[in-house]
Amino acid sequence: MKREVPLIISMAAGIFVLVGFFVPHPLVRTGYDKIQQWVIIVVAFTYVLGMANLLRLNGEQIQRRAKDWPYKIALVIACIATMAVGFSEGTHYLDDGTKFSWIYNNLYSAMSATMFSLLAFFIASAAFRAFRVRSVEALLLAIAAFILMLGRVPIGNMIHPLLPQAADWLMEIPQNAAKRGILMGAALGVMATGFRIILGIERTYGSEGG
Amino acid sequence: MSFFASLRRLDRRWIFLAIGLLVVVPLLTGFHIAPVLPSARARGFYDAIEKLPAGSTVVLAGDYDPGTIAENYPMHLAATRHLMARKIKIIAVELYPGGPPLADRVLHLAGAEFDRKEGVDYVNLGYKSGNEAVMSQMGSSIPVTFPTDRSGTPVSRIPVMKGVENFSQIKLLVSISAGYPGTKEWVQQVVSRYHVPMVAGVTAVSAPEYYPYLQAGQLQGLLGGMAGAAEYETLVKAPGLATRGMDAQSLAHVFIALMILLGNLATLPQRSSGGKA
Repeated sequence: MKREVPLIISMAAGIFVLVGFFVPHPLVRTGYDKIQQWVIIVVAFTYVLGMANLLRLNGEQIQRRAKDWPYKIALVIACIATMAVGFSEGTHYLDDGTKFSWIYNNLYSAMSATMFSLLAFFIASAAFRAFRVRSVEALLLAIAAFILMLGRVPIGNMIHPLLPQAADWLMEIPQNAAKRGILMGAALGVMATGFRIILGIERTYGSEGG
Repeated sequence: MSFFASLRRLDRRWIFLAIGLLVVVPLLTGFHIAPVLPSARARGFYDAIEKLPAGSTVVLAGDYDPGTIAENYPMHLAATRHLMARKIKIIAVELYPGGPPLADRVLHLAGAEFDRKEGVDYVNLGYKSGNEAVMSQMGSSIPVTFPTDRSGTPVSRIPVMKGVENFSQIKLLVSISAGYPGTKEWVQQVVSRYHVPMVAGVTAVSAPEYYPYLQAGQLQGLLGGMAGAAEYETLVKAPGLATRGMDAQSLAHVFIALMILLGNLATLPQRSSGGKA
């Protein structure tokens, strides 16, 4: 029963949602909409689960004085403090002038943007230290990288008007062909996995730790 | 020590310093290198908004957070300005928890600039968890999916939401996206099912993923990264954050290309003598 009940629920929900996607009839649509609303609620609960898991895992590692444990204390304190501030300010926690919006603007925004900005430094360093042209494939990659890097910014047109055109051709023809192939392959894979779950062939999601 | 040997021993902090200066100096001094030329993709984005009659309603999805603010925020602001200048009503939604304050910021900035009133000309319905389920649910009923706006006002009391039930009343979907859930999911859940015209502004690194949708006509226009945003700013004749950033990006790209060349030059003598590179 422990395995069969989740399997039956998955099959029934899977078939219903699949039919609901294609059939707009009110009889199907009403049930389909209900399931969608349940999904929205369940997804919201996964955040609570994620939070509990984060606190449990990091709590254990702090207790054991595992590697980098002081950083984990910072994580847990920041997490709990941010939540406490957010909850204390109610539904208007993100309005201008609230403590939570101060955290958002001055800590969260600044740190997130910093992480993204660091890419420029590491890409430049990696370009110098790691991008070695050792084969024909690497040479092709380097040529494509040069054309795209220069053709995609205004200075490219100043260097040569053909650069932006070559960059567009690379993106629209070879890149697009490869991307379309990958997308179609992935879509077929997703469909196959979906059918395997709906038909009860794929059961790993219901196993221990699955 | 030879030139190549000293190049091989180059401390990477010099590279960090150089890229830092190349990015910061153009942003601070505002010196200009080359004009921004709009691409067909950016023109498609612009034309899709230009074609909308005044008074139409669009959904503006701001699915990003401060992590990609440098790329997504300028296009978000430029699109909002363009929509408001054309007197188009905006229903903003966000599927990233960190997105609502950024959407508020662009709506309030553009709203003040074009004298548009919150609730009457635009509304921010805020964040909702559920990813694709939220998009799909909006196809059945936007008021059921978002019963209140971000500040808790019931949608039944918001004038801009009057008569808006689902995507049948939406003339265009504008997706500003940093990844999942975002543009791809809006295409799959909304464009393919409800045939709502759609344009997208995405991060440069994710832009190649959307070219098949653009070629298939499922996207009317596409802004890729800061360059796409700058092209769009040029089209709406309002150079802003992205246009200013393009000179810094131009120099950074040239520098990275130079680094690839120098890096390979530095190891050339070793490789030609069969040594370890």
